[in-house]
Amino acid sequence: MAKNWPLARRKKALQQRAHILREIRQFFIEKGYLEVETSHRIPTPAPESHIDAVPSSTWFLHTSPELCMKRMMAAGYEKVFQICRCWRERERGSLHLPEFTLLEWYRAGGDYRSLMEECEKLIRSVATGIGLGQNLTFRGCKIDLSEPWERISVKEAFQRYPRTTVTEALEKNLFDEVMVQEIEPKLGLRKPMFIYDYPAQRGALARLKQEDPTVAERFELYMGGLELANGFSELVDSEEQRKRFLMENENRQFNGKPIYSMPDRFLAELDDMPPSVGIALGVDRLVMVFLDAKTIDEVVAFTPEEL
Amino acid sequence: MYTASDLRKGLKVIIDGEPYIVTAFEFSKPGKGQALYRTKLRNMITGLSIDRTYREGETFDPASLEERAMQFLYKEGDHYHFMDNETYEQIIISEESLGEAKSFLIDNLNVKVLLFGERAIGVELPNFVNLRVMKTDPWVRGDTSKADFKPGTLETGYVLRVPPFIEEGELITIDTRTGEFSKRVKE
Repeated sequence: MAKNWPLARRKKALQQRAHILREIRQFFIEKGYLEVETSHRIPTPAPESHIDAVPSSTWFLHTSPELCMKRMMAAGYEKVFQICRCWRERERGSLHLPEFTLLEWYRAGGDYRSLMEECEKLIRSVATGIGLGQNLTFRGCKIDLSEPWERISVKEAFQRYPRTTVTEALEKNLFDEVMVQEIEPKLGLRKPMFIYDYPAQRGALARLKQEDPTVAERFELYMGGLELANGFSELVDSEEQRKRFLMENENRQFNGKPIYSMPDRFLAELDDMPPSVGIALGVDRLVMVFLDAKTIDEVVAFTPEEL
Repeated sequence: MYTASDLRKGLKVIIDGEPYIVTAFEFSKPGKGQALYRTKLRNMITGLSIDRTYREGETFDPASLEERAMQFLYKEGDHYHFMDNETYEQIIISEESLGEAKSFLIDNLNVKVLLFGERAIGVELPNFVNLRVMKTDPWVRGDTSKADFKPGTLETGYVLRVPPFIEEGELITIDTRTGEFSKRVKE
């Protein structure tokens, strides 16, 4: 038995992880997406209230490839995907690693509803590719992958489950607590579930819904209570985007966090971006779901504590 | 002063003037939302547990407890007897105050007894202790169909996951902070 037996015993999980990555690539290549690699080290991250970047000298490690990929969209690349490492300061728990793997993809045209469908197709295609049928077991839930998956708005979720309304939760600054404690654990237990139409202030880079500008055209995917992906109809109005970033920075300052400088090149090019959709999916977590892993540690070669 | 991001299992903090120890901890962060630190805390005096959720930036005073080097002598019912290494004074700590530590106490183990005022409210174990595996399934060499872990019962009755190559009667090292198998002891 190898001295580092915790690593040795993850071999099977890591082999399956590699298989899942191959299936993801295969899906996008077949759909005509271009695989891209954007810089991991960037001068400034997107200012977002609750996402902190890891400094790297005077620059930062990216927290997501979003800004660079959108610049590619603006430059005429219409279907792109990327699988890359991202870094977020102080995020560590049984479902979080400060260095983790994101899959992001962007496509010109369509709206967030069509993106939900594409997300369904991707995960179903990976499941088939790795030899799973219509069902999988995760966290004791038997999850049925057949289409269509469930869809519920944030407003409906608040009505269906807990003790308060969206408005009240936002006013009392309890939105996140209610989501984490009351709603998330019940999402996607029988079938994967999309929860959509987040409050406008919870989608710094998302387009607002025309019929109801109090919500953003943003959704999250849950399986077995685990948040897997966050997608939206992209905001392509640079003036509005600049305002949102300024507001996010104000929140950061209020919470005693460092403010980030404006990503000026991104903003200057954003108006060239066609109406698009984009999504980030946590690859480590997707592997967790397919392998029925209890913690994110089980699906990576090394955790920071093991380095 | 601790902040919420320092929270972890085993951390001792003061809440409403009383010492609490973090017994369970989960970091969560709903999409684009703020970091939440969900904890289960045990009151080190009453033994009662509470659930609390903290946000990033919240601060805590550390529970500064007096520590005294003592040796575990024996267990009698729910009472655990310890002896002060300097004064030879003996004290008793109840099973509920010991919490998870009871799983790793073997006779003559040197521990730090924690005192809040005059009161012994718990013990701090060495990070690693050696305990004997009393019961576990045999290892079938070359059998790859079995799970990567199997249950093993220690001499204290504590059950944990051990690698398949561990046999009954073997001495193993446990990390008391996580309660998990650390390594096999060569005897």
